[in-house]
Amino acid sequence: MDYDTLLQILGASIRFGTPLLLACLAGLYSERAGIFDIGLEGKMLMAAMSTGAVAAITGSVWIGLLAGIAGSLAFALVHGMASITFRGNQLISGVALNFVASGITVLIAQALFRQGGRTPPLSGEGRFNPITLPFAEALSSVPLFGPFYAKVLSGHVILVYVAFLLVPLTWWVLYRTRFGLRLRAVGENPASVDTAGVSVVRLRFSAVIITGVLCGLAGAYMSAGLQAGFGREMTAGRGYIALAALIFAKWRPWAALWATMLFGFLSALSLRPDVISNTIGIDIPGPALDALPYVLTVLALAGFVGRAIPPRAGGEPYVKER
Amino acid sequence: MTRLPRWADLVLVPLISLLLAAIFSAIVLLAIGQSPMEAMKVMVEGAVGSPYAWGYTLYYATSFIFTGLAVTVAFHGSLFNIGGEGQAQLGGLGVALVCLSINWPHWALALPAAMIGAALFGAAWAAIPAYLQAKRGSHIVITTIMFNYIASALMIYLLVNVLRPAGQMDPASANFPEGTALPTLHEIPGLSLIFTKQVPANVTFFIALICAYLVWVLLWRTRLGYEIRAFGKSEKAAAYAGISPFRIIMVAMLISGGLSGLMAINNVMGESGRLLQNASEGAGFIGIAVALMGRNHPVGVILAAILFGFLFQGGAELGLWTSIPIELRTVVQGLVILFTGALDQMVRMMLGLVFRPSLAKGAA
Repeated sequence: MDYDTLLQILGASIRFGTPLLLACLAGLYSERAGIFDIGLEGKMLMAAMSTGAVAAITGSVWIGLLAGIAGSLAFALVHGMASITFRGNQLISGVALNFVASGITVLIAQALFRQGGRTPPLSGEGRFNPITLPFAEALSSVPLFGPFYAKVLSGHVILVYVAFLLVPLTWWVLYRTRFGLRLRAVGENPASVDTAGVSVVRLRFSAVIITGVLCGLAGAYMSAGLQAGFGREMTAGRGYIALAALIFAKWRPWAALWATMLFGFLSALSLRPDVISNTIGIDIPGPALDALPYVLTVLALAGFVGRAIPPRAGGEPYVKER
Repeated sequence: MTRLPRWADLVLVPLISLLLAAIFSAIVLLAIGQSPMEAMKVMVEGAVGSPYAWGYTLYYATSFIFTGLAVTVAFHGSLFNIGGEGQAQLGGLGVALVCLSINWPHWALALPAAMIGAALFGAAWAAIPAYLQAKRGSHIVITTIMFNYIASALMIYLLVNVLRPAGQMDPASANFPEGTALPTLHEIPGLSLIFTKQVPANVTFFIALICAYLVWVLLWRTRLGYEIRAFGKSEKAAAYAGISPFRIIMVAMLISGGLSGLMAINNVMGESGRLLQNASEGAGFIGIAVALMGRNHPVGVILAAILFGFLFQGGAELGLWTSIPIELRTVVQGLVILFTGALDQMVRMMLGLVFRPSLAKGAA
């Protein structure tokens, strides 16, 4: 594999890893607050459809983005209502919302555009356009780093950079602010937070809302950044891979970055079977590469890559008094 | 919160949840500019309006009974098995390997062998998540989801590279020998008077009913079933009573995986006669809804499976005869799971308000 191919694959890794990263960080807020969220997939799908539809109608990707966030938020709030207010089973609620999203996105897209459940192709202002980072031209003559900067780091859409900035921001919020401390506490021991006079319900709802917003970004990136328009089931299990990455990262923001980029790298590789067989000399079947993130997650869960311990109060509704 | 009478909890709560799901589905239909009444008419006609329609509804219901029972058994051991889909796909692999292994002379010989193959492969696919849960404490929900994806990747690989006969384009196995074709309801003497046309529902339906009875016996009439339920209620108490958590997790998940796998004799052996890609068509997931709706009791599971058979077949009819996309059934399915499984507490709270005055009167 030559340097140019490597750069191509790394660039693709970032493009494929970004929706995973956004969804993974989304899940991180929710799960750190003690609300399991299997429904990342559904929220992303809902956001992808809303963004695709509204961007196609208005011609503005920014209004589309807002619609995407709103669509994702609506699902997040139902999940919050089911798991916080009515103390329902969080796993079941997530599974249910994924089904609803999978169906309703097609129903709405079909009702609006009658194009077999897709939204019309986006172009120009209707989608996110690549940004060339400063000095990309000037530095391209520098050996090794120049092409890396120009081809891997530069030339992505804005949400990619937003996603990367969200990693240190999430770290800072989680470990350096009062809100973050309380958020982590409510996921480990909600009773102690309650005793300190802080509302468990409000904290958990804020976490669920942040999750909704971030899934909205992830979905908007899918339909207006990575691709140009929404198609049925376009998230194709990315919500579950993000969940897998979250466990792989042991619910920590920086590790989430590495895990999602690793999984993005695997997706990029599975599109280039020629590169793999040239580099290591054996043919690896495509399905094996597709399954690798899931296998890695199972290994992580099994404790072969250090122990993955979820937030202690995760999945349990908090009952204030008996 | 008011405690509900037992009958209200068992009958009223699921019915009201169902009603809520129906109301929201109707709202969705209105919102996309369709008529809910019209849709209902098409669904009823196409799914229960004739013996021919019932032949399809019961065919789907058969698969859902298996997957619903699978979720039920695991649920009683407080294990949430989302892996029914992958286990059903692997069950299909087991059926295919058995059916293709020799030239079976008669279906009555092939069926037991295929059932063993289906159950073994389904159980094997549940065994790894079960072991990881029991020994390593890895959350079974996540591992079974992962195993669904690994299963579908594995099946794609096997169908494209291993099982596909030379010269065939679509990723599917060879056709099974004639001797493995299961009699459909149309071909069973007596029933053929009712089902005058060829229908996909086959003898597997009766096997599903027998399995439901056996699951009831297992859960409420055997020591093992008692241990599973005791473990499900309180792991600590069960361990203190000498019940081995490792054994219960493994056994409950193996039975659950075996039941999911068994559905393959309905779709793979009974209907398509060869192994197709994604043969289970989401039945593994519908099993979750069926178990929740059926309140984790075999009788409830059978009723809920028929209801979902109706939804599945009716939804297909909608896709065929109206401009409503077939995806409506996914929405309805999701809403049923949401209201029966996650918002059940809300329904109870609502009912609690209704029952409070009558109880107070009874006390006075």
